[in-house]
Amino acid sequence: VNEAVRDASPRRRGLGGVSKLLWPMLALVALVIFDVVFVENFLRVTLEDGRLVGYPVSILLNATRVMLLALGMCLVIATGGVDLSVGAIMAITAAAAAESANAGVPIPLVLAMSLGVATLAGLWNGFLVGVLGIQPIVATLVLMVAGRGIAQLITQGQIPNFDSPSLVFIGQGTVLGIPFPILLVAGMFAITWGLTRRTALGLMIESIGDSPEASRYAGLAVGRVKLLTYAFSGLCAGLAGLVDAALIRSGDANNAGLYMELDAIFAVVVGGTALTGGRFYLAGALLGALLLQTLTTTILAMDVPSQLIPLPKAIVIVLVILLQSPALHQRLRSLRRTPVAGGTR
Amino acid sequence: MKLPRLNPAYLPLLATALVLLGTYATGAMLLHEKQFVSPRVVTNLVHQNAVIGVAAIGATFVILSGGIDLSVGAVVACTAIGVAKLIALGVDPVLAWAIALAGGTLLGVTMGTLIHAFRLPAFMVTLAGMFFARAMAFQIETSNIGIAHPTYDTIQQFRLPLLPPASLTAIALVMLACYLLAMAISRWTPFGRYVYALGGDETSAQLLGVPAASTRIGVYALGGFCSALAGVLASLYKSSGDPAGFSGMELDAIAAVVIGGTLISGGVGFVAGTFLGVLIQGLIQTMIDFHGGISSWWTKIVVGLLVLGFIVLQNLLLRIGSRKVAT
Repeated sequence: VNEAVRDASPRRRGLGGVSKLLWPMLALVALVIFDVVFVENFLRVTLEDGRLVGYPVSILLNATRVMLLALGMCLVIATGGVDLSVGAIMAITAAAAAESANAGVPIPLVLAMSLGVATLAGLWNGFLVGVLGIQPIVATLVLMVAGRGIAQLITQGQIPNFDSPSLVFIGQGTVLGIPFPILLVAGMFAITWGLTRRTALGLMIESIGDSPEASRYAGLAVGRVKLLTYAFSGLCAGLAGLVDAALIRSGDANNAGLYMELDAIFAVVVGGTALTGGRFYLAGALLGALLLQTLTTTILAMDVPSQLIPLPKAIVIVLVILLQSPALHQRLRSLRRTPVAGGTR
Repeated sequence: MKLPRLNPAYLPLLATALVLLGTYATGAMLLHEKQFVSPRVVTNLVHQNAVIGVAAIGATFVILSGGIDLSVGAVVACTAIGVAKLIALGVDPVLAWAIALAGGTLLGVTMGTLIHAFRLPAFMVTLAGMFFARAMAFQIETSNIGIAHPTYDTIQQFRLPLLPPASLTAIALVMLACYLLAMAISRWTPFGRYVYALGGDETSAQLLGVPAASTRIGVYALGGFCSALAGVLASLYKSSGDPAGFSGMELDAIAAVVIGGTLISGGVGFVAGTFLGVLIQGLIQTMIDFHGGISSWWTKIVVGLLVLGFIVLQNLLLRIGSRKVAT
């Protein structure tokens, strides 16, 4: 049934009726070709001390945090919402994990606690949006503003370092040479995909994003599904926060996940999921995050000062949302139609 | 007219005024021995919050029209560093300000045009605007630039004596003047009415003949102008420009607007409310500074809670309002 519904849906909505994944894929390929030409040894991956090293690996590794956020964000955006608080939740998780690990709490408990806090933060957002019916931008703004304050209170304004090997493993460990965060992303992607595409949950989320009213009449528990997506987004942000803390061996309440909510939203939108909600593309979201990180790494490899990175990001954001804008397509179509009566359809 | 008209519109404003009074009373009681109750604290409050105050005016109009502007902080930083750089290059400050204001307005017009003509989501476009302005700021200069100029000295030394020793500074006066002007614009000009109409219901507004294109582009132009003016004031306040500064100011501005009782989805609210919202945020910060023993991070938490309180209040009012219409 799922497949039939998907085939009947207006999948061919992009320019010239191609898949949503094609544009980010083309952009990524173009960027990689550029890198292969201009950056020395761009595609070379070597094994050093049982660890894969090279540009592709470092791009993937650096993209993992935004990828994790993007998985949760993708579902939230699909319901027609947005979660601005994920960066702040990362900071809270990083701070909580670092402080509790230093206090001698056993690591499994540290993980459970910090991820629990993150999920709780997500539930709080979900409560505001799904139960109280507050607009997502504002509801999640509350935690975005207050969250970093909470993280600062946890760390008492310090940046706690930690060296618990199992906590550091989450960011710096490797399995068969592959950095652990990459495997974490793969695992989370499989779980998210399975939960949404192998059950009716994905369809429910898309239906709510398309029309909450119609979904409610169809008997869907709209509020509860929304609550679930925000809680999941919180959990993903918690994982990203753990990776972030483990990568630098400290919980930085100020900088952990700063502006990363924006990167995550961007990744989701580049990946073909419309901000207005409805159809969502998990693989697209990961591709978007990868594209963003490749862009950043390319710019850094070109010896451009890191402060200028926002500029190409801004240009790409505008280009991508312009390409997806139905209004632009309408304008182009009417332009094409005026000289030749009748047009293509 | 409709019966619940007075309730949803004025109650949040009243609540804002009460919160401001309550905050001040709390400060007066807890910090009595530290001379918290003095005219000087009040004039300082206005002076210290002039930058965010002016930026929040633009945010108010943008939010009233149903949009959002995330570029505020970056534009403030960009114009401040731009002004500092131009003055360092020997340009007259007045010309430097004009260039900065024109630049901010131009960015606003560009964002407004993209948002309106192609129906792009405002928060994505203004996010791109934020990235752009931040990159520009670092392009201008990667570190702080100090400003030393006779014009700046004259302006910074200016004081309008109120109750001596309390006096208002030039930038405080500029902010107060801006609020009076903005209140007049929102109340008594066609543009002001169009903004409310557009934020209330775009389709109805267009059917009633509201020029949606020029209004929406005008709103973002005004937002860009206010951010740039805030940047000019920031250069006066700090005698320097910092390309990395003012990050997150857009959130403070939005919080001030929400605490000021404006409906975040647009159409309902007052410029005067934003003024009170800015003062509330500033007052909490002042109280924490006065106390000395509390982490200043509590400011963010308290402001977050206030934002939440006002959103919940508005939601309740909206529900009550719609129930009245229904019955």
